[in-house]
Amino acid sequence: MLDDFLVRAGLAGIGTALAAAPLGCFVVWRRMAYFSDATAHAAILGVALSLSLQGPIILGVLSTALVMAFVVQALVGNGLAQDTSLGVLAHSALAVGLVAVSFLTGVRVDLMGYLFGDILAVTRTDLALIWGGALAVVGLMAWRWQRLLTATLNPDLAQASGISARVEGMILMLSLALTVAVAIKAVGALLIGALLVIPPAAARPLVRTPVSMALVTAGVGVTAALGGLLCSLNFDTPTGPSIVCVAASMFLISLLASRVFKRALAQG
Amino acid sequence: MPETLIEARDLTLAHGSRAAIRQVDFAITRSEIVTLVGPNGSGKSTLVKGLIGALPATSGTVSRADGLNIGYVPQNLQFDSFFPLTVRDFLCLPQRQSKADIAAALSNAGVPGLERRQLSALSGGQLQRVMLARALMMRPDILILDEPTQGLDQPGAAAFYQQIAHVRDDLGCAVLMVSHDLHVVMAASDRVLCLNGYICCQGAPEVVQSAPEYRALFGDGSAGAFALYRHAYDHAHEPNGHA
Repeated sequence: MLDDFLVRAGLAGIGTALAAAPLGCFVVWRRMAYFSDATAHAAILGVALSLSLQGPIILGVLSTALVMAFVVQALVGNGLAQDTSLGVLAHSALAVGLVAVSFLTGVRVDLMGYLFGDILAVTRTDLALIWGGALAVVGLMAWRWQRLLTATLNPDLAQASGISARVEGMILMLSLALTVAVAIKAVGALLIGALLVIPPAAARPLVRTPVSMALVTAGVGVTAALGGLLCSLNFDTPTGPSIVCVAASMFLISLLASRVFKRALAQG
Repeated sequence: MPETLIEARDLTLAHGSRAAIRQVDFAITRSEIVTLVGPNGSGKSTLVKGLIGALPATSGTVSRADGLNIGYVPQNLQFDSFFPLTVRDFLCLPQRQSKADIAAALSNAGVPGLERRQLSALSGGQLQRVMLARALMMRPDILILDEPTQGLDQPGAAAFYQQIAHVRDDLGCAVLMVSHDLHVVMAASDRVLCLNGYICCQGAPEVVQSAPEYRALFGDGSAGAFALYRHAYDHAHEPNGHA
């Protein structure tokens, strides 16, 4: 079954969407959209690093994403990095990565694949890494769920209950780096941010509790991944962007549906 | 000698490079009610953050009793509108609670049946009571309330203070309250601390007059729960000196 590239692509999409779902909710709740962009964009630098050291790509991506996440976290924690500084970091990380890749002479690099994803070329090894990473992220989130929620709602409230807001922040950073490493194959460094933010945004009008938001987000993400894959096959469009387009359409539908529903409710 | 729950010694806390409070000595013991008063920017909330461990000490020490259970009610609860949270979810942070316990806690707090409401849809008074219910569900050794009557009208505030007095009597926990209102503090306070970057004075609340006009305003139900604490600013608070 795994011999079929389509099956592998589908499974890779599902794994990526599942990893992104709970984390994406926290990204939205904590207003960390730029934060996740900066971390994802740093992945290109990781690609350059891996290629120049001839190491496995996923390790380079994971380590640079991890470093970037903690650097940004430290800056935010010190009150230095606000909207503008985060924007500076996010775009600079990408530019530095692209320049670094261009220095790699003698290596043929499919840059487009790393920027926009190459889900149709997922190998069995990739699949194992994606699902391993996804399960790790989901496991981490499930384990710390109540503590993460408390720290997200109010850091002081968490601290008073003996929960270190700093530790929970680091758990999220670790999950973010893992998710970036998992998702780069499916949607590419440029669109990981979209995969983190759009499905939770689409889920929000339909839910009333954090758990249901994470579940609906996962549903939206999986549907977007599979729908994007189908669109890409039928219309010969790039897969990563197609996945994000489907997610964006679902956001629009969810928004309109909730508006109409509310109006109907108001009119009795 | 009553058990000391939280003690700060020579505590200095800074926001950035600016010291918000300097060399504060503070201790609170079991079943004691302490009210922290002081003008805006006097470091009341900063001291509370230091006591609960949310802000590391620049110098000095904070020690909390082993296994101390803190029930904390923050000044406000602002969160992103994309964060869906029912009252039940909130009461389950950080520990999951049974449906029966949640119903009982809300009922005791005077806001029964709110379980399925969104936290963001509550009125100021309801939110205060729900936050109190959550803090009490933790079976606290000490209840810490940061400006708990903010957003309440005066009868609402009176009722709230009265409830705090009941809670202390029922649970035997200590209560540390922050108020920026120098004139109205609980008569039930054992101690009032006036903070202005440092502790400028402290002691039992001095009941200057029984203030019949306040009683008229708050109704007979609040009789005794309120008194005028006429501290006012009858002494100068120098920036780094003494009162």
